Amino acid sequence: MRAFLAFLRNTWRGLTAMRTALTLLFLLALGAMPGALLPQRSLNALKVTEYIAEKGWWGRLLDRLQFFDVYASYWFSAVYVLLFVSLVGCLLPRTWEYFKQMRAKPVLTPRNLSRLPHHASEELSASPEAVVARAKQRLRGWRLVEREEAGGARSVSAERGFLRETGNLVFHFSLLGLLVAFALGKMFGYEGQVIVQANGGQFCNSGVFNYDTFRPGLRVDGTNLNQFCVKVDDFHATYLHNGQAQEFRANIGYQSGADLDSGTWRPYPLEVNSPLRTAGDRVYLLGHGYTPLFTVTFPNGVTRTGETQWRPVNDVTLASEGATKFDPPGVTDTEQRRKNQLAITGLLAPTAVFRGELLDSAFPEDRDPAVAVDVYRGDLGTDSGRGQSIFAIDRQQVENGKLAKVARQNLRKGESTTLDDGTVIRFDGVRDWVSLQVSHDPTQVWVLAFSVLVILGLGTSLTIKRRRVWVRATPRGDGRTVVEVGGLARTDQAGYGEEFTALSRDLLEEES
Amino acid sequence: MPVNATLATYSDWTYGAAVAVYVIAAVFYLCEQAFTKNKVKQRELVASGTQVAGTAEDGTWTPGLVVREQPSRAERLGRMGVAMTLLGVVLHGASLVLRGLATERAPWGNMYEYTALLTFAAVVGWLVLMRMFPVRRLGGFVLVPIGILMFLGGTVLYAEAAPVQPALQSYWLVVHVSVISVSSGLFLLPGVASVLYLLKSSGRARFAKLPDSDVLDRLAYRSTVFAFPLFTLGIICGAIWAEAAWGRFWGWDPKETVSFVAWVVYAAYLHARATAGWRGRPAAWVNTLGFALTVFNLFFINLVTTGLHSYAGVN
Ligand code: HEM
Repeated sequence: MRAFLAFLRNTWRGLTAMRTALTLLFLLALGAMPGALLPQRSLNALKVTEYIAEKGWWGRLLDRLQFFDVYASYWFSAVYVLLFVSLVGCLLPRTWEYFKQMRAKPVLTPRNLSRLPHHASEELSASPEAVVARAKQRLRGWRLVEREEAGGARSVSAERGFLRETGNLVFHFSLLGLLVAFALGKMFGYEGQVIVQANGGQFCNSGVFNYDTFRPGLRVDGTNLNQFCVKVDDFHATYLHNGQAQEFRANIGYQSGADLDSGTWRPYPLEVNSPLRTAGDRVYLLGHGYTPLFTVTFPNGVTRTGETQWRPVNDVTLASEGATKFDPPGVTDTEQRRKNQLAITGLLAPTAVFRGELLDSAFPEDRDPAVAVDVYRGDLGTDSGRGQSIFAIDRQQVENGKLAKVARQNLRKGESTTLDDGTVIRFDGVRDWVSLQVSHDPTQVWVLAFSVLVILGLGTSLTIKRRRVWVRATPRGDGRTVVEVGGLARTDQAGYGEEFTALSRDLLEEES
Repeated sequence: MPVNATLATYSDWTYGAAVAVYVIAAVFYLCEQAFTKNKVKQRELVASGTQVAGTAEDGTWTPGLVVREQPSRAERLGRMGVAMTLLGVVLHGASLVLRGLATERAPWGNMYEYTALLTFAAVVGWLVLMRMFPVRRLGGFVLVPIGILMFLGGTVLYAEAAPVQPALQSYWLVVHVSVISVSSGLFLLPGVASVLYLLKSSGRARFAKLPDSDVLDRLAYRSTVFAFPLFTLGIICGAIWAEAAWGRFWGWDPKETVSFVAWVVYAAYLHARATAGWRGRPAAWVNTLGFALTVFNLFFINLVTTGLHSYAGVN
């Protein structure tokens, strides 16, 4: 038992030693680095999959070791948890010490001042009392005590810069607070993305199924989301000549709280850099793209319009691809209906340029839209039980012959093409969609508050210097006084030399 | 937001001129360093009625003694170096201001502008340090990397004056990017000082002419202690901006990650200087590593990886 306690005590001492803290800091830096160099699931899951496939066993090994989820990995967590345990262990005794020191008087004047790193002495004609009075005058603002010593000698101990330790403690405690707030935010927060058509399309934060993707914190089960709705009325973008975006704005309406019952929409211009903050959540304008509008006139004369968003494949020109899918109208037999589904896939260019037959986009703005489409007919596999991307058709259905390409055509706005069975497909232009992100983080104001404290503590701790000065005046018996001055820089020696020199010069000069 | 092309052109010219002037200044400083004798001892006792006090190079106070050095060749070269540096700073500053006027926004919206501001902060920081420490003749070692950065900035990273993309139109950009660039620029100074420290303390005769390793250590510490809180502030402002622009205040984007790593390394440096067995050379290595990460963050992360920090302006 004794041995065990000793072991615990030694571990604790080891963990809270400064060099352990230093080692852990290095490990933290080292451990964070792979996250910048390797693709991370939390940022881009697709890229991680590609990377693993590309690297083979090496990729799989890295994956096994959580190198693609660095910040959630066991080893990264271990390092920062240890670091913060070490920090607590370091802070508790220091805080204790701090409060003790706060009440303590400046330490006794050392017997031999000439042993101190800074030292000077002189014989003056003033009396010890006068010397001490002058010293106290010069050291105004310092914490000081005057003491009488044997043989009629007098001394002054003075110190300054106590606030430095305050700043240092505030800084380190705020780091702790910051980490705790951050962790709580990760647990109780969520983030979801959704694409909404910019012609009055609506989104309500009533359940996770309304989202295209949803990332909950550990303690979020998707029920009890904050209630609010948004409606996207329109979207504007302006660009420079070179296609660089200059301004994005979605005019939206939103309702939350009592507005939900009364049905009132409040307007808000949603822009990049100015999210909507409502009901404790934030709504961001993340991106935008185009929805090609297709009108399909089926052989039986019935028309349908397709309004499915396509996704940009080029961030600069907004060339996009996607798949607009149709069920044949008026077919009741499910077997028949499934065999005659239609999909329009291909490339969409908001400002078309043709190189021969090849379509590309020259500009991100909707100036002269065109599409280069492949039309497929057959079984899209929507009932197969396999998940389907809304941006693509299921290639497997093509490979096993259930889905066949029936046309390939370039269409400008207003143009149409007729399929072998008489179906007419017309391209009517494009419409904007926006992608919105909803974020919820109940503790982020705490993170901000602690960050402010971090900065304040750091600034105080790094600008204030701790200094000690002792002055001793010893009467020599012949009416003259030996004055000794000693100084110690407790932190940041830099600059103390000059400071001490100036101080001792003031104290050691004969008064004129 | 139209761009005033005339002002933009003037901005480019003054930038180029600043680089040229810095190079000349660097040559002066390097000559000064080359001509400096190992120990300068040309003090004269001045016989005068009143007590005069002078402060010698090493900061010790010597009553009744005045240090008067005949302006040696090295001294004259050094002074010319300072004059050129000041001229360079004026041109450099003018180039920043003109760029801002031309684009009617804060002139740090792409990597070229960011580099320009960073180097400006480094030079100004150096001028301040030069007044605090007897290290004028090291100017060359500071201006050479600055010249290289500015050259790369003006060629490889150059971007035409233009408005910035929507994600960058925020006053947090003004605060965050300026604070980050200034602090990164200031980190160049301890970086250089630490490298020189490592050379000097290696004990080789070739480096004997460098200032005392103690001076270099203090210089590194003082400049780090100034730049580090600024850098911290910059990261915090970045987080505030990210909260408004990207939907989260921290997301381990590559740029955020490397900033975090550099921040931790500088914290480690400050700890190292307070830990027995880590002062001196190990601490200098840590500081050098910190600066290496800062440069890595500026170039590699912006140009090679794809993150949200897309203001590179280089396609
Ligand atoms: C969580 C990671 C930590 C970070 C980011 C960090 C950061 C810093 C920074 C930036 C400083 C310099 C500013 C100042 O003097 O106030 C500092 C100083 C200090 N830290 Fe930490 N620290 C951490 C953990 C620790 C731990 C675990 C210990 C105890 C073993 C510790 C003990 C100290 C001490 C004693 C100083 C004062 C050094 C001096 O007097 O110059 N720190 N820390």
